[in-house]
Order: sequence, then C-alpha cells, then structure tokens
Amino acid sequence: MASQSAPLVDLSAVYVTGPVAAADWLVAAPVVWCILVGAVLVMLRKNTRVQPLIAIPALGVLVLMTLALVWHVIANGTVTMTMGRWLPPFGISFTVDLLGAFFAATASCVALAAGIYGRTDVDDSGRRYGFYPFLVLIMAGILGAFMTGDIFNLYVWFEVLLISSFGLLVLGSERAQLDGGVKYAFLNLIATTLFLVATGYLYGLFGTLNMADIAVKASELRGTAPLMTLVTLYLLAFAMKAAAFPVNFWLPASYHTPRLVVSALFAGLLTKVGIYALLRILGMLFPFEREALSLVIAIVAALTMILGVVGALAQNDIRRALGFLVISGIGVMMAGLALGSPAGLAGAIFYAAHSMVVMTALYFAVGIGARLGGGFELTRAGGLYARSGLIAALTLVLFLSVAGLPPFSGLWPKIMLVKASLDVGAWWLAGAILVTGLLTTITVGRIWVLAYWRPAPGEAGEAAAATPLPVGATVALAGLVALSVAAGVWPEPVMALAQDAARGLLDPSAYVQSVFPAEASQ
Amino acid sequence: MEPLFAILVGALFTVAFYLFLSKHVIRILMGAAILGNAVNLLIFTAGRVTREVPPVIGSGSDVLAAGAANPLPQALILTAIVISFSFFAFLLVLGFRAFQKLETDRSDEMRLAEPVSDPSPPLGY
Repeated sequence: MASQSAPLVDLSAVYVTGPVAAADWLVAAPVVWCILVGAVLVMLRKNTRVQPLIAIPALGVLVLMTLALVWHVIANGTVTMTMGRWLPPFGISFTVDLLGAFFAATASCVALAAGIYGRTDVDDSGRRYGFYPFLVLIMAGILGAFMTGDIFNLYVWFEVLLISSFGLLVLGSERAQLDGGVKYAFLNLIATTLFLVATGYLYGLFGTLNMADIAVKASELRGTAPLMTLVTLYLLAFAMKAAAFPVNFWLPASYHTPRLVVSALFAGLLTKVGIYALLRILGMLFPFEREALSLVIAIVAALTMILGVVGALAQNDIRRALGFLVISGIGVMMAGLALGSPAGLAGAIFYAAHSMVVMTALYFAVGIGARLGGGFELTRAGGLYARSGLIAALTLVLFLSVAGLPPFSGLWPKIMLVKASLDVGAWWLAGAILVTGLLTTITVGRIWVLAYWRPAPGEAGEAAAATPLPVGATVALAGLVALSVAAGVWPEPVMALAQDAARGLLDPSAYVQSVFPAEASQ
Repeated sequence: MEPLFAILVGALFTVAFYLFLSKHVIRILMGAAILGNAVNLLIFTAGRVTREVPPVIGSGSDVLAAGAANPLPQALILTAIVISFSFFAFLLVLGFRAFQKLETDRSDEMRLAEPVSDPSPPLGY
C-alpha cells in the first residue's frame, strides 16, 4: 500500500464485529429453509411419491421455526439481522417485529395445511409440473416479504412469490387456467412495476431504502408534494396487489381456475401480503400521509367490501363466490387501515390473520364437497349433509366465521373495527362493515342451504355416494377450523398480540432501535 | 442530460400505457416490455447521469467525489432488469400458449374463465 493515510470514514461503524446471537438466526432461517427445501424438491421433480414426504415435514419444521420466532419476538422485542456483516442502512436488514412474526406464523400454518391437502388434490402430473417446489418457494417469497426491513428487498420478495404463483396458477395448462393466468399475470406485473417506480423515487427522496431509516427521516419531508405522490403510488400498487375495489378484477377472473389447493393458498395468503405491505408502508413509515389519504382509503374500503359481497351473491360457481368474498374481506382490512387508530390497525391485523386461515379452509371445504359429489355449481349441488355430516358441520363453522357470527374468529376483529369506526364518528364505515356481514351471511347461508341441506337432485349424487372421505384433506380442513374456533372462543391472546403489533406500527421507535441500537441509545 | 432522460422516460410510460389499453395480448406484451425499460431508465436517471466526475475513489479519500453518479440505483436496476426480463419471457410463453389453446389473442374474447352467459344461482329452494 502506497498511502498509509488514516481512513476518513470509521469503517468499524460499517461492519458488524461481534458474532450474531444464536436465537437471532431465527430471523433468516425460515426463508433460507424454504429456498433450500425448494431446491431439493426441484431436483426431485420427477419423483412424485417422495415429494410430499419431504415437503410436508419441511413445512412442519417451518411452522415450528415461525412459532419460535413469534416467541422470540414476544420475549425480546423486535429482532434485526443484517446481511453480509454490513451494518444498516448499508446492508439489507431483515427486521421482524410482532406484526411480521405473527403473519409469518399464520401463513406457515396455512401452507402446512395446503401441503397436506395437496397430497389428495394434486395428482402425479401436477406434482411433475412442480406443485411442491412452487409451494415451498412461494412461502420463501411470502415470509421474506413479512420479514424484510428493506423496501427494495420487499420488491424482490414480491417478485419471488409472484413468479411462484404464476407457476402454481397455470399448473396443468388447462384452457381456463391460461385464460385466468393471462389476466392475473399482466395486472400483477403492472402492480409490481408501479411498486418499483415508487421505490425508485423513494430512494431519490430519502437516499436510503432501509425502512427504519426511512421512518426516522420521513418526518423531515412530511406532507411535501413528492412524498405525497409517492405514497399515493404505493397505495395504488398495493391496493392492486390486495385486490381493492377499482383494481380488483384480476382476482375473480383467475382464482377459481387453478387446482383447488392453489386457489385456497392464493385466497389465504397472496392478497394478505398486499395488506401487510399497506400496513407496513402506509401505517408505519408514512402515517402522516396515510392520515391525509384516509378518506380515500375509507371510501375504497367501503366499496370493496360491499361490491365484493354483492359479486359473491350473484355467482353460481361456489369457487367464484368465494373469490368475491376474499375481496370483501380485503375491504374490511382496508377499513382498519383507513381508521389508522390503534384499535383500527389491531382490528385489521386480527382480521387478516382470521382471513388467512378461514378463506383457505373455505376453499378446502368446498373442494372436499365437490369431491363428495356436490360439484361447484349451485344449480346442481345438493345432498352433502346426507353424505357427510362432519364436512357439512365443519363448513357451517367456516361459513359462520366468514360472516362474522359468534362464536368464531370472524366476530372479534369486526367488533374491534366497528367500535373503532364509531369512536371517530365514521358511522357509515361501521354501517358498511355490518351490512357486509349481513350480505355475507345471506351468501354463505344460501350456499349451505342449496349445496348441503337440499337433497341431492336426481341420480347425479348417487354415483358419487361411494366416494370415501379423503382423510388427509379432512385433517387439513379440521386443523384450520380448529384454529378459527380457538381464536373465536379464546380471543384474548390473539387480540393482545394484534394490539401490540398495531402499537409497534404506530410507534416505530422499538423497530428503529432494533435496527440502529447505537443511535437510539445516544 | 437528466431533463432529456426524464422526457424520454415519460414518453416510454405513455407508450407502455397506451399499449396496455389495447385488446390484443401481443400489444399488451410489448407494453410490458416497454414499461419495464421505462422504469429501469427512470431509476438510472434518478441516480445522476454524468460523465464529468469519474466514479472512482481517489487515493487518500474514502468516499466518492461530490457529483459522481450514485452506483446504488445502477445496482437496483441490475436486479430489476433480470426480474423484468424473466417475467417478460414467462408472459410471452403464457400469451403464446393462451393464443394456441384459446385460439384468440383478443382479451375481450377470452371469456372462458368468466363466461358471458353464466347461469344465475337458484333463486328458490
């Protein structure tokens, strides 16, 4: 070295020097695990018998990892891990707070159920197309999105989950799948591109992509025109991902076309990633701008929930009706975001977790019903109660849960949201939530009466009467129903978790301190 | 340099969204390709376009000279280029397969998943 001049920048402030605590590895472990298992499953693509034997235990391990992460976060607060020994904001941080950990654990449970259900629903050809690798890799994308603390990295995880979802959606390349796939793929591509545009501008404004860094710096630019534009662009991009009203038409066009287990997984998880991003970016990073947009978000929310459920009322195909109910639920979550109060955000978080479990389980229930001989069309379905009382009962629980009736998990978040709306005098938003509940009850009640209660029309049912109940699928369904019932009759822990997560969003100081421990202590 | 690029980016966005309004899948595909490039150029421009200051750290210094182009947006677009290229490849195949199987490339004729004459649900028990 020619010049021995002392460095002008203190490099020790840039690199991590000490070792990472063992428990903190939990932050990166779920994503790394998913990618590794996905790689193994891709290699075993042709070995259709072995795939579920690897994928299902791997997803079980994933559930344990994410539960351990929730426990770790509850015990020690937000945890951060920065890649490549860089210190934030230079390296990409994974920052897991209660919100991310809670969503990650719920999503992992849903994925495990989907893996088990997939054993009966996806045949050998579907497995050769790569159902299990895609399932595990889409989980890498979803968990990465829930855990990352860097906005550009969030974009990358969105793309990971999107490309895996394309693979799952066109699994089998049937005509209807290609039709739905075209609409799904193009509109989602536009949404993520808008997200990228906004992120490019964001870097231009702040000079950083680290969320904690942005949360600190956002107050300097509060309410300026570029930031306002940027946040509106984020709102549009994520509303498109979440299927909020004016930009939701890709969802009913595509969600009923793939294999049933894929529909179930999408309905449970994909739109909720959009909601998560809205909560994280509008709720935590730019609360001031969210406040300015709250009327717009509230109107979008009310229209989404009402038009969603009206769409569901008009459907003959049960899967399409469920697709519209997914949209309606997104409206309820957006209402919580529009309110922005601790109770409102907590309600939205609780409702999102409820919706992940219940929507997936609903698709499972409808799929088992169709397998037992009911089919998906209301005009021809019937007699399912006579065929299997168990399935009819589990389905009824889910129907009551999605409508928000006691004692199941849909009730409590709706109560929280209605109360939060009335607290700020938004009686029309509270009214929209209640009317949506009523219309949902009518929709699902009619499905239950026609497909389950009514005797099977003609001899169509008798041929299928001998079909045995698929055991694995029923276990997956029962597990998710048990989660919904547990959260319904014993809501305190979930409610407390959601409230803590909402507090963490509204006051990101713990989040910031986790990423920048030195600065906060000064 | 930047104003010129800004106008070009605006023009590319206009073209992309005009193409998205078309009913033909092939034009929408071209729109997707142009949109991806427009975004990449936008981020590239945001990181300063300059030839005057070389992006080299001189001896005795630890940071770039002021006014040098910011390398991070260029790193971001490297990622974005790879992603948008792979997406375009997927969409191209998807669009072609849809054209083969549905025998149309007009989006308003693609009504297989949402049939025009879908029966109403039964109105009575």
